[in-house]
Amino acid sequence: MILSCKEASHLVSEGLDRRLGLAERVALRLHLAICDGCSHFRKQMLFLRKAMRRLAESD
Amino acid sequence: MKDFRSRVEGERAYLLRYARLQLRDGHAAEDVVQETLLAALAGEAGFAGRSNLRTWLTGILKHKIVDALRRVAREAPLAEEEGEFDALFDQTGHWREPPSGWEDPDSLLQQKQFLAALERCLAGLPQKSARAFMMREHLGFETDDICKELGITPTHCWVLLYRARMALRECLQETWFSK
Ligand SMILES: [Zn+2]
Repeated sequence: MILSCKEASHLVSEGLDRRLGLAERVALRLHLAICDGCSHFRKQMLFLRKAMRRLAESD
Repeated sequence: MKDFRSRVEGERAYLLRYARLQLRDGHAAEDVVQETLLAALAGEAGFAGRSNLRTWLTGILKHKIVDALRRVAREAPLAEEEGEFDALFDQTGHWREPPSGWEDPDSLLQQKQFLAALERCLAGLPQKSARAFMMREHLGFETDDICKELGITPTHCWVLLYRARMALRECLQETWFSK
């Protein structure tokens, strides 16, 4: 299964909200291995989650 | 008792800010904070033995916020929002402008200015996506519970969360990282 960046971005986001299936995880990993844009996107999404935690704790 | 009351009052500003982020409405935020403070004062015994007043108060506040959200969801269902972010991708589904790396983001989390920029971006999110996103990332709900509270399917919920994240990313890119 070849993912487009659009599909990959959905899976990155959904991966933060549900457990992805095996096929989804494999396809996503393959895509991220060859796509810088989506790799950056994934890091940004993880960062957003961290930033929201920080915001909830800050004064 | 007097001491407890003033300590509780001392957390008002923090609680108000927390509620405002979540409810996006100053009046509604004041109401839930007022209810929280009253509940806290009436339930001082419940605090006995706990070490952190703020954590305890925030716990009460979260329940009040969820009640308020539930009320709003029932009284004023929101129209569906546009925006599949198709413009960000070409016909084959590739980024028109692939995301680039954000420089040393972790150190930003210590900067008040950055957190303020994040708050501004949150305030600009469409209402429905914002509600789901704040429940997920600010209140720490599981997706199943968000679906239940908002009366939507899991698939719909994931779409709302995706939209919120995409919009936040774009906003931060434009207002912070591109500067
Ligand atoms: Zn990609």
